[in-house]
Amino acid sequence: MAYTEEELKKELETKEYEYGFYTDIESDTFPVGLNEEIVIAISKKKEEPEWMTQWRLEAFKAWKLMEEPKWANITYPKPDFQAISYYSAPNSKPKYDSLDEVDPELLDTFKRLGISLDEQKKLAGVAVDIVMDSVSVATTFKKTLAEKGIIFCSISEAIKEHPELVKKYMGSVVPQKDNFYAALNAAVFSDGSFCYIPKGVRCPMELSTYFRINQAGTGQFERTLVIADEGSYVSYLEGCTAPSRDENQLHAAVVELIALDDAEIKYSTVQNWYPGDKEGKGGVFNFVTKRGICHRNSKISWTQVETGSAVTWKYPSCILKGDNSIGEFYSIAVTNNYQQADTGTKMIHIGKNTRSTIISKGISAGKSQNSYRGLVQVNSRAKNARNFSQCDSLLMGNDCGAHTFPYIEVKNKTAQIEHEATTSKIGEDQIFYCNQRGIDTEKAIALIVNGFSKEVLNKLPMEFAVEAQKLLEISLEGSVG
Amino acid sequence: MLKISNLHAGIENNEILKGINLEVKAGEVHAIMGPNGSGKSTLASVIAGKEEYEVTEGSVVLEGENLEDSSPEERAHKGIFLSFQYPVEIPGVSVTNFMKTAINEGRKAKGLDDMPAKDMLKMIRDKAELLEIDRKFLSRSLNEGFSGGEKKRNEIFQMAMLEPKLAILDETDSGLDIDALRIVANGVNKLKNKDNAVIVITHYQRLLEYIVPDFVHVLHQGKIVKSGTKELAHELEEKGYDWLKQETAV
Repeated sequence: MAYTEEELKKELETKEYEYGFYTDIESDTFPVGLNEEIVIAISKKKEEPEWMTQWRLEAFKAWKLMEEPKWANITYPKPDFQAISYYSAPNSKPKYDSLDEVDPELLDTFKRLGISLDEQKKLAGVAVDIVMDSVSVATTFKKTLAEKGIIFCSISEAIKEHPELVKKYMGSVVPQKDNFYAALNAAVFSDGSFCYIPKGVRCPMELSTYFRINQAGTGQFERTLVIADEGSYVSYLEGCTAPSRDENQLHAAVVELIALDDAEIKYSTVQNWYPGDKEGKGGVFNFVTKRGICHRNSKISWTQVETGSAVTWKYPSCILKGDNSIGEFYSIAVTNNYQQADTGTKMIHIGKNTRSTIISKGISAGKSQNSYRGLVQVNSRAKNARNFSQCDSLLMGNDCGAHTFPYIEVKNKTAQIEHEATTSKIGEDQIFYCNQRGIDTEKAIALIVNGFSKEVLNKLPMEFAVEAQKLLEISLEGSVG
Repeated sequence: MLKISNLHAGIENNEILKGINLEVKAGEVHAIMGPNGSGKSTLASVIAGKEEYEVTEGSVVLEGENLEDSSPEERAHKGIFLSFQYPVEIPGVSVTNFMKTAINEGRKAKGLDDMPAKDMLKMIRDKAELLEIDRKFLSRSLNEGFSGGEKKRNEIFQMAMLEPKLAILDETDSGLDIDALRIVANGVNKLKNKDNAVIVITHYQRLLEYIVPDFVHVLHQGKIVKSGTKELAHELEEKGYDWLKQETAV
């Protein structure tokens, strides 16, 4: 563990949501409500070409006829989609050439988030594309990446600069009409990240994006598209923090990954949106569609640490289309107080000799409900497909719930499917054992939880692993008393 | 070092310890023997401060300080160590990581900084060598899949790392074959010095051939019914606890 006891102590003292401040920056915000005019206005605001506007309108038409999914093991008041403003951007445009030109208050926000850009610049290895309320404000390390032919920019920029790539791939994995929230996102997405790794290139650094919801009452509709061309490799990090808000905020993102032949994409997420207060008031509704497609001999690996949001609905999935392709899903989902999470993955085996691994660790505390929902599907021509799934649940206290909903559909006799599941509770005996060695209860829980989550934490890039460990401890504070 | 006076304690209104008196001085080894259900393990848990036991009367005093209001971790910081009869498993937490956390928490309580990694490594290496522990063992998850012997040896390794003033070994011999017993006992003997004390809780006399006690106490129905030197242990082995039960019944 790279952090010191002092840092940890400081963290433990902060009981309230850590990033619960609000930056007062003038915003360019649309009136509430959603109709065709708003969709067109968003597109116009972003100076998009006609084809993009049409694409959005098609999605909007489909969305109007769709209904919210109700099958998840979550209950929440239905968001009023006409009470949301669908566009908000920090005012100080256009983009800056250097940090000096950026609104100092915004820079201060970044600093409080612990992601000061000047530091980030010095710290080798991480390029940051910061999305603050929907518009990319600063993109660093672009030059280094450009030398390798790597494109890493906001999706709005990509629509203008690389229309051929966007046209070809956007919506190819998550179609506009895929589901209610994906359709909504397709109609109104404000911004997001775009990444293209050319043939045979190994991206020399972890690509990282920090998302943040800032304006009251604005939904955030990110759209991310990552394309790894033949034989390339990229590791992409996504981290989220959001300020405290009383009213529920809606977050409906779409992430599409395309791994062409022999390519590899590693996508890691630490999600720490505001979970609501101890009584279950407020918090972010997180309805996300994440999916990747694997072509021949390629590999997609999803790793997620989900500690935030009042309601989470999220299933990062892999379509294993190409022969010998590999899909992986490593997840830690923590729920405390009144949080609800229904999360898992889908592994769709289409090609021959395709392999998938699912490791899911659910930790529930307080009065929360934590569900794993996963589908392993082996299609008829997917010869010799293999899957290994492991779903472990850890319960803390007597008022929380852990649920596992594994779906397995196999249409080819040569498939090998393994599923293991355990449910355990942090025992008084374990706590006393730690206490007797001089470790207090709070620290003991952190130790036990980190041990439980280790297989997944180990999959995270180093700097994320440290952050994730801290997050686990913070989110479970006060859960045993 | 440790003074227990008229200690009454129990669980959910069921009194198990009914007036224990015991004094342990630095440098001494005390053995507490007794039949099943006599209260041996309860005594160990009460000294360590396990919260489900309620002390209704009497006191436990360590180096002049009454432990009444001390939490289990505070007692640990003050130098009490309990080697558990049934050590628990903590999956995913290595022996090394667990010890690092325990040592640094103890240092924090004393207002010290974390032990530098270099010193920690050296200490781990030295103690592992002293107790003939393979270092591969230290990277395994705490007690997970350990054999009975490995679990007990791990307890003694932790004792070596934490350097307690008072170590209580609760049925450390149970589930051990003779070789494992010898290794564990040798470890305890190596760690023993004039400044610390050991309480050995055991059902059988066997362990006491390796860890030789200065005093032997026999616990029966929540009371110490007989105290003596190591000869008492031999006598018990020969005549069995029934002899004592009859004697005390008279």
